Amino acid sequence: MSQDKTILLNIKNLIIEGYSDEHWIEIVHGIDLTLHRGEVMGLIGESGAGKSTIGLAAMGFTKDGCRIGEGSSIEFDGMELTTTPQADLQSLRGARIAYVAQSAAASFNPAHKLIDQHTEAPLQYRIQKRLESQEDAMELYERLRLPNPREIGFRYPHQVSGGQLQRAMTAMAMACRPDLIIFDEPTTALDVTTQIEVLSAIRDIVDQFNTAALYITHDLAVVAQMADVIKVLLKGDEVEEADTKSMLENPQDDYTKSLWAVRDFKKEQVPRPADTIPLISVKNVDAAYGDTPVLEDVSFDIFSGMTVAVVGESGSGKSTTARCITGLLPPTKGEVLFQGTPLPPDYRDRTKDQLRQAQMIYQMADTALNPKVKISEIIGRPAAFYSGLHGPELKNRVDEILDLIELDPSKYYNRYPPELSGGQKQRIGIARSLAAEPTFIICDEVTSALDQLVAEGILRLLDKLQKEMNLAYMFITHDLATVRSIADEVVVMQYGKVVEQGPKDVMFTPPHHAYTDLLLSSVPEMDPDWLSTLLEERGVDSNTETHNP
Amino acid sequence: MGDILSIVSKRLGLGVVTLLVISIIIFGAVELLPGDIAQAVLGQGATEENLAAMREQLGLDRAAPIRYFEWLGNAVTGDFGRSLVSQQPVSEAISTRFANTLFLALYAAFIAVPVAIFLGVLVALYRNTVFDRVANVVTLTSISSPEFFLGYILILFLSVQTGYFPAIAKIDDGMSLIDKLDRTFLPALTMVLVVVAHMMRMTRASIINLLASPYVEMARLKGVPAWKVIVKHTLPNAWAPVINVVALNLAYLITGVVLVEVVFVYPGIGQLLVDAVTKRDFPVVQACCLIFAATFILLNLAADVGSILTNPRLRHPK
Repeated sequence: MSQDKTILLNIKNLIIEGYSDEHWIEIVHGIDLTLHRGEVMGLIGESGAGKSTIGLAAMGFTKDGCRIGEGSSIEFDGMELTTTPQADLQSLRGARIAYVAQSAAASFNPAHKLIDQHTEAPLQYRIQKRLESQEDAMELYERLRLPNPREIGFRYPHQVSGGQLQRAMTAMAMACRPDLIIFDEPTTALDVTTQIEVLSAIRDIVDQFNTAALYITHDLAVVAQMADVIKVLLKGDEVEEADTKSMLENPQDDYTKSLWAVRDFKKEQVPRPADTIPLISVKNVDAAYGDTPVLEDVSFDIFSGMTVAVVGESGSGKSTTARCITGLLPPTKGEVLFQGTPLPPDYRDRTKDQLRQAQMIYQMADTALNPKVKISEIIGRPAAFYSGLHGPELKNRVDEILDLIELDPSKYYNRYPPELSGGQKQRIGIARSLAAEPTFIICDEVTSALDQLVAEGILRLLDKLQKEMNLAYMFITHDLATVRSIADEVVVMQYGKVVEQGPKDVMFTPPHHAYTDLLLSSVPEMDPDWLSTLLEERGVDSNTETHNP
Repeated sequence: MGDILSIVSKRLGLGVVTLLVISIIIFGAVELLPGDIAQAVLGQGATEENLAAMREQLGLDRAAPIRYFEWLGNAVTGDFGRSLVSQQPVSEAISTRFANTLFLALYAAFIAVPVAIFLGVLVALYRNTVFDRVANVVTLTSISSPEFFLGYILILFLSVQTGYFPAIAKIDDGMSLIDKLDRTFLPALTMVLVVVAHMMRMTRASIINLLASPYVEMARLKGVPAWKVIVKHTLPNAWAPVINVVALNLAYLITGVVLVEVVFVYPGIGQLLVDAVTKRDFPVVQACCLIFAATFILLNLAADVGSILTNPRLRHPK
C-alpha cells in the first residue's frame, strides 16, 4: 500500500500499569510494535486485552489511574514519547497523531457545532485560519461522502445520525493531516449497513493521504478489510502478528484459531410442529410512543421449543415488539395471543400465571442486575414470588437453577454481581428468568455486549436449556451471525414493519427481499477482499442512506 | 423555541399554584397563634367588651375563610392592609425596605457569582493541588462561621482598626450610588463570604464530573490545552446544576439576611420582619412571608429556564 517504508512508530517493551486497590498492577506486559508510514495495523482481542490502552499509549497518553511502566519505549518519528514533556506531547496530539473514538455520539461535545470542533485543532496549532479550516472541513466531509457537506458541519451532534457522526469524526481526525490515526472500534456501535459506509470512507481517506493507522477492534471480519498487518492480543500480551492474508489463512496460535472458529456453533433447525397452536401469536399489532407510531401491522407466531430471531437495524421496532408482548407498552391496535387466548394488553391486568409465562433477558447484564443484591436473592425472589417457595425449599430451587446455568452453587450462592465476569452476569440474568419457570423467554441482544468466545458459551447454554425445557425464545438481535447459529425462524423488521419472515434455511437462501438482501450482504466476511468486491457490486458511490427513512 | 415557551408557561402556572398554597399556610399559621390581633393590641388587661369591639372593628368576628379571601384579593392588587403598630399601609412600609434588601442582595450577587464561578473553574483546573485545598478550607471556614461573627470580624478589621469602610450601613434615598455602595460594602462582603463556598464547590464538582466523559478525553487527545478543556468543553455542559445553586443562593441573599441587617443596622426587609414579629404586627408578617415565598418561586423558575436554555438539544431541536 505504501511506497515509503520508513518506520513511523516503534514501540519496544511497552508496560502499562493501572492503579487499583492501592496497588499498581501491570495490565500490558511488554508489547513490541512496529508501524511503517502509510501502513494500517489491526489490533484485535477480547475486552481486557489492552488494545485501547496500547492505542492511547501510542499518543503518549494514558487514562487517569494508569501509567507507562519503566523500561518502556515509544518512539514516534524519531521522538521518544516516554521522556517527552507533557507540553510537547500535547502539541503532537491532534496535529501529528489523531484519535477516532468508539462512540462518536459521546465523543463530540454536545454544546458545540461539528465544524467548530473540527477546526479546533488547526486553529490551536495555527495551521489554518478559521475560514480556511472550515473550507477544508467541508472538503473532507465531501470526500467522506457525508450528505450536504457544506451545511452538515453547522449542525450540533444530536442533529446528526450515528454513522454520519462517525464519518465527521474521521474527518476531524484528518483536519491537521496527521501521520498516524488511532481508530478505536470506530464501527462497533453502528448497524451493519451503516458500518459499510464508514469502513469504506475510512479506508479511502487513509489511502488518499497515505496515513498510517492503528485499527483497534474485536471484529475479525472488519479488521480483515482494513488492515495490512494484524496483531492478536490477549490479556495484555501479544499472541501473534502476521500480514492479513497469512493471518486469515494460516493462524499459528491456538488462541487465534479459537477466535477464528468461534462461529462454528450451529444448532439444528427445528421445523414448525404440525397441528398445534402457537405459544405466542402477535396479531396485526400497531404501537406508538405518544403520537409517534413505531409499529405497524406486526404479525408473527412463536411455537414451543423454537427460536424466532427478530432482526433489523436500530430503530426498526424489535424491542418495541417485545414491550408489546410483555405488556409494558399496550398496543394501539391488534393483540397478542398466548396459546390461542388473548392476553390483556397492559401487564397490570395480567394474572400472575400469565406474567410468569413470558420472561426477559436484557442486553446489559451489568445494569439489569442490582449490584447490591446477592445472587441467591436475585434468583430467589422470582422463585418465591411465582412459586411461593421459601426456606430450605427455596434454597434447593436456587441451587438447582445455578446448576442449570453451569455455575457452582457453593461458590456463587452468596456473591454479588460486581464480583462476576460479564459472561457470568449474563448467566445470572438467564437464571433469574428461569426462576419464574416460564414457557417463553425474550432475549434482547443478550450476546452483543459480550466477547465472541463468551457469547458462544451463552448461546450453547440457551440451546441446552431450550432442549431440556422445551422453551420458546424470541431472540432480538442485529447480529446475523448469531441468527445463523441459533434461529429456527427469522423475522426481518424495518421501520416498524415486518418485511420478510420464514424458516431460517429459506431466509438465508436467495432470492431475498431487497432489505434482507442488503442486511445479509452487509455482514463483513473474513475474506480481505470482501469489502472491495461488495462495493464494486453495489457501485462505489452507492452511498445509500439506508438508515434514514 | 415553542417548546421552551410552553415549558416556561407551565412552570409559571405551577409557581402561581405554589404561591396560593403558601398563602394559605401563612394565613393559617397566623390564625393558629394563641390569642388574636385584638388581644395582642389591647394587651392582657383588656375587658371582654373592649376585645369584642376591637374585633368587630377589624372584622375579626367573621369566619377565617372569608377573611382569607378578602386578604388574598387585596394582596393581589398590592394592598396588604394597614400595619397595626404604625397604621401606615403595609405596602408602603415594605416597598422601601424591600428595595433596600434587593439592592444589597444584587450588590453581593454581582461580586459573589463571578468570583465563585471563576474560583470553581480554577480549583477544577488545579484539582487536588495545594491551591484547591487552600481555597476549599478558606471558603468552608467562611460558610461555617455565623454571619454575625463574620460581620463583626470585618467591622473590627476593615472599619474600627483601619477605617476603610463605615461600620454602619444606614442609607437613604438622597445618597448617590457610589455612596451607597461604599456604605454597604461590609454587609455585602459578609454575604459574599457566606454564599461563595456553595457555588464554588458546585461548579468544581459539576466540572470534575464531566472530566471523565468521552468528549473531554477526545478534546485532550486533540491537543486542546487543559484550561481550554475546562472552559470550552466542560463548563458549557456543567451549567445546569450550577445555575440551580446560584438561584438558591440568590434567594438566600434576599430572604436570609436578617442577622447581617441587624449587625450593620441596615434598613432592610429582614429587620422589618423581625420587628413586626416581636410587635405582633400580623399584616406586615404576612406580607413579608408572601414576598419571600414569591422570591423563592421566581428564582427557582429562573433557574429552571436557565438550565433549559443551556441544553443544546432544547435550543436546537432536530
